[in-house]
Amino acid sequence: MLAGMTTNVVFGLLRVAVLVAALKAADGEIADYDVAAANTYVWIGQGLLGFVLLWGTNELAERVRSGDVVVDLYRPWNLQGALLAEDVGRSGYAFLTRLAPPMVFGMVLFPFQFPQNAFQWPLFALSALIALVISFGFRFLIDLSSFWLLDNRGLYGFWNISSGLLCGLTVPISFFPEWAREVLWLTPFPAILQAPIDVFLGHGDPAKILALQAFWAVVIIAIGHFTLNRAVRKVVLQGG
Amino acid sequence: MAETIYPRLIGARLKSQMSYRVSFAMDFLTQVLAQGYELIVILILFTRIDALGGFSQNEVLLMYAFAGAAFGVADLFAGQLDHLPTYIRTGSFDVLLMRPLRLLPQIMCSDIRLRRIGRITGALAVMGYALAHVDVAWSPAKVLLTVLTPIAGAVIYSAVWVVACSICFWIVEGREFANAVTYGSNAFTSYPINVYSRPLRWVMAFIVPGAFVAYYPSLALLEKQDPIGLPGWVGWTSPLVAALAAGVAALVWRFAVRHYRGTGS
Repeated sequence: MLAGMTTNVVFGLLRVAVLVAALKAADGEIADYDVAAANTYVWIGQGLLGFVLLWGTNELAERVRSGDVVVDLYRPWNLQGALLAEDVGRSGYAFLTRLAPPMVFGMVLFPFQFPQNAFQWPLFALSALIALVISFGFRFLIDLSSFWLLDNRGLYGFWNISSGLLCGLTVPISFFPEWAREVLWLTPFPAILQAPIDVFLGHGDPAKILALQAFWAVVIIAIGHFTLNRAVRKVVLQGG
Repeated sequence: MAETIYPRLIGARLKSQMSYRVSFAMDFLTQVLAQGYELIVILILFTRIDALGGFSQNEVLLMYAFAGAAFGVADLFAGQLDHLPTYIRTGSFDVLLMRPLRLLPQIMCSDIRLRRIGRITGALAVMGYALAHVDVAWSPAKVLLTVLTPIAGAVIYSAVWVVACSICFWIVEGREFANAVTYGSNAFTSYPINVYSRPLRWVMAFIVPGAFVAYYPSLALLEKQDPIGLPGWVGWTSPLVAALAAGVAALVWRFAVRHYRGTGS
């Protein structure tokens, strides 16, 4: 855990340095972000990354490949619900071990932009929780793809590499050119990281952001449910 | 014996990677994309600014491309060291020790990840673009420097990888520590080092000699003054630094392997 935290902090420091250098070159402000907001953005992002389990483990996919998934399927539960419950349960612990440390680190050592209204804190917590559900939904779909692909590591790697930029982890989405910004906000990706950060920083209307997140959470869970039903029909027992 | 075994081993790895074709194609594409996303980040920042730490977009792209190509080559060979904790924890490191072959080459050949070529390809393309668009007064020495830089950089990264992963002999789950310096120094070296704070710069540019992968060679090519104040000839020392780093890595690796005690019965 300590090792993970070190890596997390090192990458945070690197990202802050580049963003702050860019802000300096732009006379202190780019699209709603000053130095304090950029620091806050980076450290919340580094925390959320572990909280929403952006990159996951690809464990279910490995179980599909090995055939162990059969055991999961004949248990008297809804597989999707059970795995989601696992993630949400883990989030309480992840809040303390993943989300809080980088945020506190940023608050103590860097200029930090605290929310102007106290109610932004609970809204941020809610937004982070919905983000976790959406992130789960994506990972679940990627896992399920192995029912068709058998080896889904290509797709899994694709997600691992793309999610950082698409979700707004590497650069704030408001830094993008206008057309890219508009396209990205039509997709569910910003709802995973940029949305909770925006709620915390007070960028945009929090009610709108939360509604958008809720919408994507429902959609992606529904798609997951439908895909699981299709996937189960594909299960072939190999050997006896 | 080793002359015939390694080509065969590598051949077998390559074949096994090509057997899931769709997945391999995606893997390859993913690596090109990984390199591409870092490029996009730089391009996005430069839609908002004209210079980063006093360097223009194409100058930063040159550093990013040097770093990317060097890291890609290092990852191709040294990236397998990421599996070291598994070898140590499960005791399969004993198997490597028993074989009449040297340890590091064995580990490096254990899984040549061909898809890494995707990353290298992407970086080389950007390098070509950047070199064509920055102001360089070309001379034979500078051509040589351009060719040597990614190679020296790959040696430096590989040395860093070996030293960083050696920690796993003491802290078995130390891989994430190692990642902070291996993957971290790739992120670090893609940008001019004067954007970083002083302590970070000391650690990642000089103790981990990340500044010599891309930053100083680029300064020498562009004949630019170092904002941090080191003299101009420093940019020509990367191959020396690489040799030194490789020497240190060899010593650390030997010391670490001697520390290996096995996992018990």
